[in-house]
Amino acid sequence: MKAINHIKLEFPSIPANVRLARVTVAAFASELDYDVSVLEEIKVAVSEAVTNAIVHGYQKDPKGLVTLTASLYDSSLEIVVEDRGRGINNLERALEPGEGTEPERMGLGFVFMRTFMDELEVNSEPGQGTTVIMRKKLPGEVKAMWFNEN
Amino acid sequence: MYVELQMKNVGRWEGRLLNLEIKNMGDTLMVKITGDFDLELADHCRREIDRNYEKEAVKNILFDLTGIDFIDSSGLGVILGRYRKVKENEGRVVIASGDSRIIKLLNLSGITRLIPVYPNTAQALKHLSGKVM
Ligand SMILES: Nc1ncnc2c1ncn2[C@@H]1O[C@H](COP(=O)(O)OP(=O)(O)O)[C@@H](O)[C@H]1O
Ligand SMILES: [Mg+2]
Repeated sequence: MKAINHIKLEFPSIPANVRLARVTVAAFASELDYDVSVLEEIKVAVSEAVTNAIVHGYQKDPKGLVTLTASLYDSSLEIVVEDRGRGINNLERALEPGEGTEPERMGLGFVFMRTFMDELEVNSEPGQGTTVIMRKKLPGEVKAMWFNEN
Repeated sequence: MYVELQMKNVGRWEGRLLNLEIKNMGDTLMVKITGDFDLELADHCRREIDRNYEKEAVKNILFDLTGIDFIDSSGLGVILGRYRKVKENEGRVVIASGDSRIIKLLNLSGITRLIPVYPNTAQALKHLSGKVM
C-alpha cells in the first residue's frame, strides 16, 4: 500500500536525538487530529524505540546511524525505527516486561510501545540490527478528510 | 527550613539547556528536574543526584517533577534507581507532580506503588516530616 504522506529521518546514535525524533514525529502526527493525550503517548513510544536503538543497538556509539520513518496510510500512522546495531538474541524474552539488561533500565520500553500504539512488530537479527514497526489507527474524521482532498 | 542551600547544574551540557537543581534541605535532597526527562538528561541526573546524596549525607530524596514536560523509561529508571539506594540507606523518597500525563506513566511503571506522589512540593515535604501519611 502506498503511503499518502511520509517523512524519513536519519541521525547519529546520540542521546540528544531522542528528543529530536519524538518531536519530529509529533509534528508529523499533529496534522492528523489525534487527541493531545494520544500525541503524548506516541511521543513516548518513539522515545522508547529510539532510546533502545542508541542504548542497546549501538551501545551509545555515536558512529551508529538510526533511521526513523513516519508514514501516513489511509487508516493508520506507521512509525519505523531501525538500527544496524547488535540485534536482539532472545526476542521473545526481550519483549517481556521487566526484561531490562541493566539494573536501572526497567524493561518498560517495549511495554510502553505496546501499550501506547495499536500494533508493535519487532524484527531483529543478532549482529545485523533491529527494526521496530509501530502503528496507530487514525482518528476517523481525518481519514475522511484526507480522502476527500485526495 | 533550609539548613543549607545549593543550586547546581543549571547550564548547558552537550548543547542542550539542562535543568537540574539540587538543594540540601537538612535531611532531604530536593531534586528539581524541568523539561524533558529522557535519555539525555538521565545519565547526568543519575550522576549528580548520587554525588550530592553521598556528599551531603542526607537521608531522603524529594523529586520535584512539577516542571517536567515529558518523561519516558529513562527518567523513570533514574527515579527507581534512586529509590533503591535511598531505601537501602533507610531513607524515603517522595515525588511532587500534578500532571496527569506524568502520573499516568508513574502508574504504568509501578513507581506509584513504591513512592508516594503529591501534587506539590509543600505536601511532599509534609509527608517526609511525617505530617501526612
Ligand atoms: N534496538 C535494540 N537493539 C538491541 N537490543 C535491543 C533493542 N531494543 C531492545 N533491545 C533489548 O530488549 C530489551 C528490552 O527493551 P526494553 O523493553 O526497552 O527495556 P530496557 O530498555 O529498559 O532494557 C533490552 O534490554 C535489550 O536487551
Ligand atoms: Mg528501553
